[in-house]
Amino acid sequence: MKFTLSWLKEHLDTEATLAEVRDHLTMLGLEVEGITNPAEALKGFVVGYVIEAIQHPNADRLRVCKVDTGTGTIQVVCGAPNARTGMKGIFAPSGSYIPGTGITLKASKIRGEESNGMLCSSRELRLGDDHSGIIDLPESATTGSPAAEALGLDDAVIEIKATPNRGDCLGVHGIARDLAAAGLGTLKPPKVDKIKGGYASPIKWTHGYEATPDSPCPLVVGRHFRGIKNGPSPDWLQRRLKAVGLRPISTLVDITNLVTFDLNRPLHVFDAGKLSGDLVMRQALDGEQILALDGKTYALDPSISVIADSKGVHGIGGIMGGEDTGVQEDTTEVFLEAAYFQPIGIAASGRKLGILSDARYRNERGIDPESCWWGAEAATRLILELCGGEASEIVSSGVMTAWQRSFELRADRVKTLTGIDVPAADTAAILGKLGFAVTGNGPWTAAVPSWRPDIVGEADLVEEVTRVFGFDKIPTTSLPQLSPTSKPVRDWLQRRVPQARRALGARGLNEAVTWSFMPLKQAERFGGGGADLRLLNSIASELDTMRPSILPNLIDAATRNESRGLSDPALFEVGPQYKDATPTGQRTVAAGLRHNMAVPRNWAGPARTVDAFDAKADAMAVLAGIGAPVENMSAQPGAPDWYHPGRSGAIKLGDRVMAHFGELHPEIAAAADLKGPVAAFEVFLDAPPPPKAKASKARPKLVLSAFQPVERDFAFLVDTSVEAEKIVRAARNADKALIVSARAFDLYAGKGVPEGRKSIAIAVTLQPVERTLTDAEIEAASAKIVAAVAKATGAVLRG
Amino acid sequence: MDDLSTIKSAALDAVIAATDLGALEAVRVAVLGKKGSVTGLMKTLGAMAPEQRREFGAKVNELKGEVEAALEARKGTLSTSALATRLASEKVDISLPIRPEGQGVERGSLHPIGQVMDEVGAIFGEMGFTWADGPDIEDDWHNFTALNIPPNHPARQMQDTFYLPPRADGTPMVLRTHTSPVQARTMLSKDVQMRLADGGSLRIIVPGRTYRIDSDATHAPMFHQVEGLVIDRTTHMGHLKGCLVDFCRAFFEIDDLPLRFRPSYFPFTEPSAEVDIGCSWKDGELKIGAGDSWLEILGSGMVHPNVIRNCGLDPAIYQGFAFGMGIDRIAMLKYGIPDLRSFFDSDLRWLRHYGFSALESPSLTGGLGR
Repeated sequence: MKFTLSWLKEHLDTEATLAEVRDHLTMLGLEVEGITNPAEALKGFVVGYVIEAIQHPNADRLRVCKVDTGTGTIQVVCGAPNARTGMKGIFAPSGSYIPGTGITLKASKIRGEESNGMLCSSRELRLGDDHSGIIDLPESATTGSPAAEALGLDDAVIEIKATPNRGDCLGVHGIARDLAAAGLGTLKPPKVDKIKGGYASPIKWTHGYEATPDSPCPLVVGRHFRGIKNGPSPDWLQRRLKAVGLRPISTLVDITNLVTFDLNRPLHVFDAGKLSGDLVMRQALDGEQILALDGKTYALDPSISVIADSKGVHGIGGIMGGEDTGVQEDTTEVFLEAAYFQPIGIAASGRKLGILSDARYRNERGIDPESCWWGAEAATRLILELCGGEASEIVSSGVMTAWQRSFELRADRVKTLTGIDVPAADTAAILGKLGFAVTGNGPWTAAVPSWRPDIVGEADLVEEVTRVFGFDKIPTTSLPQLSPTSKPVRDWLQRRVPQARRALGARGLNEAVTWSFMPLKQAERFGGGGADLRLLNSIASELDTMRPSILPNLIDAATRNESRGLSDPALFEVGPQYKDATPTGQRTVAAGLRHNMAVPRNWAGPARTVDAFDAKADAMAVLAGIGAPVENMSAQPGAPDWYHPGRSGAIKLGDRVMAHFGELHPEIAAAADLKGPVAAFEVFLDAPPPPKAKASKARPKLVLSAFQPVERDFAFLVDTSVEAEKIVRAARNADKALIVSARAFDLYAGKGVPEGRKSIAIAVTLQPVERTLTDAEIEAASAKIVAAVAKATGAVLRG
Repeated sequence: MDDLSTIKSAALDAVIAATDLGALEAVRVAVLGKKGSVTGLMKTLGAMAPEQRREFGAKVNELKGEVEAALEARKGTLSTSALATRLASEKVDISLPIRPEGQGVERGSLHPIGQVMDEVGAIFGEMGFTWADGPDIEDDWHNFTALNIPPNHPARQMQDTFYLPPRADGTPMVLRTHTSPVQARTMLSKDVQMRLADGGSLRIIVPGRTYRIDSDATHAPMFHQVEGLVIDRTTHMGHLKGCLVDFCRAFFEIDDLPLRFRPSYFPFTEPSAEVDIGCSWKDGELKIGAGDSWLEILGSGMVHPNVIRNCGLDPAIYQGFAFGMGIDRIAMLKYGIPDLRSFFDSDLRWLRHYGFSALESPSLTGGLGR
């Protein structure tokens, strides 16, 4: 919403400066988005009087002008065809910046004649598109006076961002009312006196339905005018409209626009000569259409309010009039419409039709329903003043919507809700100045004015009092300390997110944050793409399906980095993935990948590419980092099909899958244009069981053996298909009292090992508890291990 | 006694002449070993008369002691120089780079969004808030209706909100447009209602992903918010102001950071306030802190009575405040990150430049920001 300072002052008797107005508006909740003063761009430009304009001796199209600038006479070479002796124009001296051309003027010689400045066209001053000649000011302009003044541009334009609840501030009068309530001046009453009609309107209003207070259009008011003269509106009106970005059209149209911005009262005028019979306010019929004032044809339906006569539809109620019955320069008879529409209906119709108009903008936020009556009077006064002619009596149809309501404001409510002590007298005075009818001395009963549909309860009254009294008076009170609680800020599952992030960051991966959505095709390849997870209105097909896995986004990111020459990316993300649209279908996953080189070329050893064990290491690091019981977990084949089938696995605790890891399926890597292997992992942060709720945080007692552990190595020959972990597990379980750990440390196949077999070497640690082990005891334990491994895997001890 | 002095000088010369520990050992054997020259002298003692043996024995022992001392001294000297030689030969070029295992804290980085969430959690945690979360895919009741956003509100339109296919019962499903639905989910929980009925207080923050149809240089279809909610019987707007002043000063690490509360409008709060922080602009560069300008940073207000009622609580008894701010936005402001879209591009150069070390875990005691 834009307006000018002088316009505001027509509604507000005030001595306030522009800065005061600006600050008060913002602190009232009418945030000032910008203030522009066209005079600033025209500083230094003055009214110049052309003493003489003679033909340039060396150029047919140029004239040499002697210009009186008020402070001296200056020679200017001018190319405008309308430059002539005796005219007054806008003179820009040397050194001026010309906004329309972006050029700073310099004194120069043009074809041998000196030129010190310039006479400007509208376009050069960015005041319009006219570049056919220089600005031709009326003779009354004072030579040497500032250009901004002569052009009527010496008026700051203020733009505010009215919040959606403040429809009443989409008119200058409403803004002035808020400022007056805040003590910035006195509100002047609007000019809405009743004007008696001289004859009965030949056009009447009817409704197409029985109007009730809840009807789409409960009330419509009209008035007929005859003997009027349309044509361009007066300068002051054109200037006002232009200042706020509106294009002057004709006096009648300009009047409706003025009343819209001045009083937040959208109006429409029909060319009465083009109407057939009475006007009816009704809902459109299926199949009806209208050519609207914006030159476009709109298909209508019964959800849309229209204004029609006996021949057809001539307006979309509250949104836009029809082209056929619009007023022309030569129109002499018009019919004025002022109606109230239910805001919800206007919003729905406006959206459906896709029309953005000043009328819709206001009607859908809710205008003052009483303005049907006084708005018609305000328009009448302007039409008679500016177009002459005669007004009929007022006609109407329907009933006033039910806007009257009152709310109680408890005496202490402002204090208890905002912490501010507002004196009782101030509370009543503030509400009174805003137009509420207040009774009582606290508690008060406040009757809401017709222009404030947003006030629907006591809390709204508190806000009115508070914002006018001043949000800056709200005390700054730190929250009272709660007693220290045993409850952590984050619960066990929430804590796993930073733990996983920090574990992976410490392993050299870079954390990314990627979209929660991805292309359907990718989602399908990664086990997703269910209909319930497809966006109905995605902004792009790359972002149309909720992700079933984070990996495709990381793969894309890896490709992007490689294409920028950033090699061997190692990326991870901790975030949501979606199995279905229910709250439990969303899981938090730590996923990551490493591409190509795990160890690049270096001086200390061989280079090596990534493999499944890098991914396994990352996954295990996350699981260890979040405090999961990794010692009880086992890695087994069985990762989803986006992994390499032979080089991937699942980390399980019992039957539960904690993580998947492995080399990415080569097809997927190839499709992503990633050359070289990709090692990827996905850890499900909710999978490891929550820590047991224990009464005590004390750890079990640490029992340390006084005796040295013994390590023994065993090499087994087994079928290639036997997993090392099976051997290790069998060995580990061969004597649970004695064996504390076992791990595989060597793998060999080839010369000396039969085809189809492999050799796996394991190291087993025996921990005596009561005394040092004898050789015989160690031998006995070794025999148990060999037997257990043989039984579990068919392995034989390698000789 | 020429024999003695000859043997002595020969032994001591040999000790001095030994240039390494091996040679020195050979000297020791040649002098003091089983067949050594001094040992040979000792062997002659047995055949001597007692008188002579005493006198000669003392001399031989003296000689043995002298030779032993010389050997020991020479051994010390030779050991020191042998160590020095070894150390010199073991010198490496320590300017060579470390082994590039690709797994080290030096290459890894954490994204600013997670880091700022941790910072926000640390500050509000200190004020007694706990962390709450909820699903990204919401039903329209939790995302809109419960929050006093009526069915015809513009925010519900397809051009602003991502919709998913409705549930089987017809319930429209959306990607949450703010973290506020977690307000409703939390207030509706039995635990919370019981705690409030017992006179307790609810204080939560809700950091998380949010979605809106908006995609240009300053908007992304996905962004991050942190919601705050306090509900009890006495919390008023002064507490809202105090809480946010405390937060902003702690977060931006500026003790005298000015805040401005402006009236505004949100369907779910009444009264509503937008909050600006002080700033100044110099040569196009933003500086946060007391200055001549204001920068909007968050929206807030007293929870609307309708929202409290929709969440199963009596607004005549309970009241409180709520606020919401953009994690990405405050991250940009604090760490001078110019472009929102770049947050989601995963460019390694960006991640390393704007990222954080994995070991920088924000806390009020250990420090919040780098």
